[in-house]
Amino acid sequence: MKVDIKNDNGRAVAMISGEIDHHNARSARTELDHYIVTAQPRELAIDLGGITFMDSSGIGLIMGRSKLMKECGGRLEVRNAQPYIKRVLKLAGIERIVKIT
Amino acid sequence: MDVLNSIKFTMPSLSVNESAARAVVSSFLIQCDPTVEELSDIRTAVSEAVTNAVVHAYRGTVGMIELTVRLLKDREIYIRVKDKGCGIPDVKAAMVPLYTTAPEEERSGLGFSVMDSFMDRLSVRSVPGKGTTVIMRKRLTPHGN
Repeated sequence: MKVDIKNDNGRAVAMISGEIDHHNARSARTELDHYIVTAQPRELAIDLGGITFMDSSGIGLIMGRSKLMKECGGRLEVRNAQPYIKRVLKLAGIERIVKIT
Repeated sequence: MDVLNSIKFTMPSLSVNESAARAVVSSFLIQCDPTVEELSDIRTAVSEAVTNAVVHAYRGTVGMIELTVRLLKDREIYIRVKDKGCGIPDVKAAMVPLYTTAPEEERSGLGFSVMDSFMDRLSVRSVPGKGTTVIMRKRLTPHGN
């Protein structure tokens, strides 16, 4: 799994590609948390367009980053989830907490 | 049970084997020509079951996880994930959505919900101190549909 973060004037996009499972989620979590705490973006979009697999470990990853963004005064959104990934997100009712576009 | 073909894969409870388990299931299912959605559903359910065993069964130690995949008649897929770990004291509670005993690992507590939702049937048998067996079934759409 690869995480590529680009920041444009306080609005950041984290492009995640590959597979999100329990094993891979740890490194993504570390990378995203480091970025959120050091760069303090106002908005962070997690772009799932390059994801080829995601189980409920992805839910934990998104919810945890949403919480951290809130604590840092920012907001998280999720972009470009494929229909199958949206089914996993919907099971968690994540759209009530995070904006899905 | 009318078994047309089966495979058994045994792995240590290392998180890196979560993707190996998915790969084994995907390879085995090629013979059934499932739809993309069916394959995604089964891979996700297997990933959840194996991850549960990796995270919870052996708690800080490494034990073995056994994955069995069977092709039954009428295109039904049978999957069993078995460990000989600590077991689940209260299976009913563990199956409640958002229930988790590993929040520090950001486990969402949705593993069984995903398995239940993505497969046709789910059963969980567990004996504390002896281990847990998860059995899931899904019937694939008939060929040509």
